[in-house]
Amino acid sequence: MDQFRGSAGYVASPELLGSVNIAMALEKPLLVKGEPGTGKTMLAQAAAEALGMELLVWSIKSTTKAQDGLYVYDTVQRLYDSQFGADVSDIGKYIKLGMLGQAFKKESRCVLLIDEIDKADIEFPNDLLWELDRMEFYIPETKETVTAAQRPLVIITSNAEKELPDAFLRRCIFHYIDFPDEEMMEKILRVHFDNLEEKLLHQTLEAFYAVRALPGLQKKPSTSELIDWVQALQIGGISPSRIQKEMPFAGVLLKKNEDLDTLTRAQKSKRW
Amino acid sequence: MFTGFFFLLRARGLKVSLQEWRTLLEGLEKGLHGSSLTGFYYLARAVLVHTEADFDRFDQVFLEYFRDVQPFDELPKELEEWLSKPIDPVEYDPAALKNQGLDIETIRQMLEQRMKEQHERHDGGTHWVGTGGASPFGNSGYYPGGIRVGGQGRNRSALQVAGERNFRDFREDRVLETRQFQMAFRRLRQFSALEDGPKTELELDETIKQTGDNAGQLRLVFGRPRRNTVKLLMLFDSGGSMWEFTKLTASLFQAVSKESKFKDLKIYYFHNCFYDDLYTAPGCHHATAVSTEWVLSQLGQDYKVIVVGDASMAPYELLSPGGCSDYYTYNKEPGIDWIGKFTGRYDRMIWLNPLPQDNWERGYGSDTIRIIKKAVPMYRLTLEGLQQGLKYLTAAR
Repeated sequence: MDQFRGSAGYVASPELLGSVNIAMALEKPLLVKGEPGTGKTMLAQAAAEALGMELLVWSIKSTTKAQDGLYVYDTVQRLYDSQFGADVSDIGKYIKLGMLGQAFKKESRCVLLIDEIDKADIEFPNDLLWELDRMEFYIPETKETVTAAQRPLVIITSNAEKELPDAFLRRCIFHYIDFPDEEMMEKILRVHFDNLEEKLLHQTLEAFYAVRALPGLQKKPSTSELIDWVQALQIGGISPSRIQKEMPFAGVLLKKNEDLDTLTRAQKSKRW
Repeated sequence: MFTGFFFLLRARGLKVSLQEWRTLLEGLEKGLHGSSLTGFYYLARAVLVHTEADFDRFDQVFLEYFRDVQPFDELPKELEEWLSKPIDPVEYDPAALKNQGLDIETIRQMLEQRMKEQHERHDGGTHWVGTGGASPFGNSGYYPGGIRVGGQGRNRSALQVAGERNFRDFREDRVLETRQFQMAFRRLRQFSALEDGPKTELELDETIKQTGDNAGQLRLVFGRPRRNTVKLLMLFDSGGSMWEFTKLTASLFQAVSKESKFKDLKIYYFHNCFYDDLYTAPGCHHATAVSTEWVLSQLGQDYKVIVVGDASMAPYELLSPGGCSDYYTYNKEPGIDWIGKFTGRYDRMIWLNPLPQDNWERGYGSDTIRIIKKAVPMYRLTLEGLQQGLKYLTAAR
């Protein structure tokens, strides 16, 4: 079987690669949790790319229902058509498959990303138990059972806003993406920037981890903020020696006033 | 295999079910652990543990169970090569092997000796280092309590990884922040019964269905909205000994006041214990005082009550008339009686205490904590404690 080894644009830890491969081999959904900005959503894209599979994305919102992922029966359209004399005897025409349904119907194995599952109602994951377990569902309107031709690789991300039900968790392979350490972060930055000056790279990393280590931060800066910051520093043409001392464009890293104050206080004290 | 590990995990409070255990065995059967303890560690963790809050507990159990498994780091190249391609398993009589009863030290010495003598590949058998055998070392073989040598492994052993206990900070019994408080408070919901209240909300699905049934002529269907009916009364201790927990209680306060879903929310403050008066501002000044009796009479029995305080005070402050530490107010009834008035009126009342549980039994304040704990169910002010407390508040009785 194909193994996922990461991709050119995505740096994954060996543990994460292991979890993806475990999920693939055991044909279970992979539940990925982690701090915002650790690349949970990117993982599915990278996996799809590396394995040469098609990627289907089901973004969950607070109003999303489990049914939406399976199929929607467009009664209004059927009613509308009937009033203008069209032939509406074929109900199948008004059944629109959701993302999960589409993934099941694919001829070849695909990657299905269920993004931010914790946004939906607390009961949402429970409503999908059977479908994810058996990879099939029944459409009463057409008396049709949709069964996955090839079990898709299901990747589910969660920001831990809501607790997920135990019954659901028991069926998942779980992976927690740890915040990258400096070494890993260096690799990530190199993937994002082609020609990054050595000195700039090391100075920014040092400053970045110093900021993250500040006590009392309300929101620690994440990878995506670091990438924005490096970009800002590059465009601004800031000399690397000034970064640690002056912290230019700190607003890119820290989004809350209180946090910026914390930084300023730390800078004033001698410890910075 | 490893059934002892399964039961140890459960005994240590990880809710591992047979379902996950079977998944793990399936994974082992497919060789997803790569015949290494490290691989096994990651496989088992991915399958058995579902939240980073339990990683630390898992690490501890893993250490406890596999502590005696000693990986060898430096192997002769050849030996490693023989070992990386195991033969099919051979069946051995476990009983016969068990009786040899070698301890781990002896095995290590034997292995070192053997590594010096061995010059070719061995598979099966009971003496040499090889695969699929029953000597105490090698891999893919059978020897209870033996040493695994070679096979696929990584630089860091599972025991090292587990030993680092990187996930200690994620344990749920840690003290927490506003957002997590907020999430916890969302559990405090009781929806209005669908039987009362006016039908004001358009039910779209039912409208479409009815209209369809009605041959396309519009037929509107209305339903009753679901609303949270929880009424909450919160009492914060803003006394001197609570100062060190200011940030924590402020987070809790923000979380509660931001959650707009309550039908009603009343917040009052007190100093150490509540007596004749409660205060509407944390300063507890006379100008902000309201009579406690008035509060009790105004807020019906359906209010749920959460008291936040360290419950630590001098015993007379709780037990004697005139115990109130404010010089100008004299209370005829001791604090404990006032607490009794609350528990008498509200049967859903909890006390959240920011002090660590150790302090509840001994040290300053433990006397009064013990007395109050008997009257009001007390929970520690952590995510886990809050969740348990809220569960108590909403549980059907």
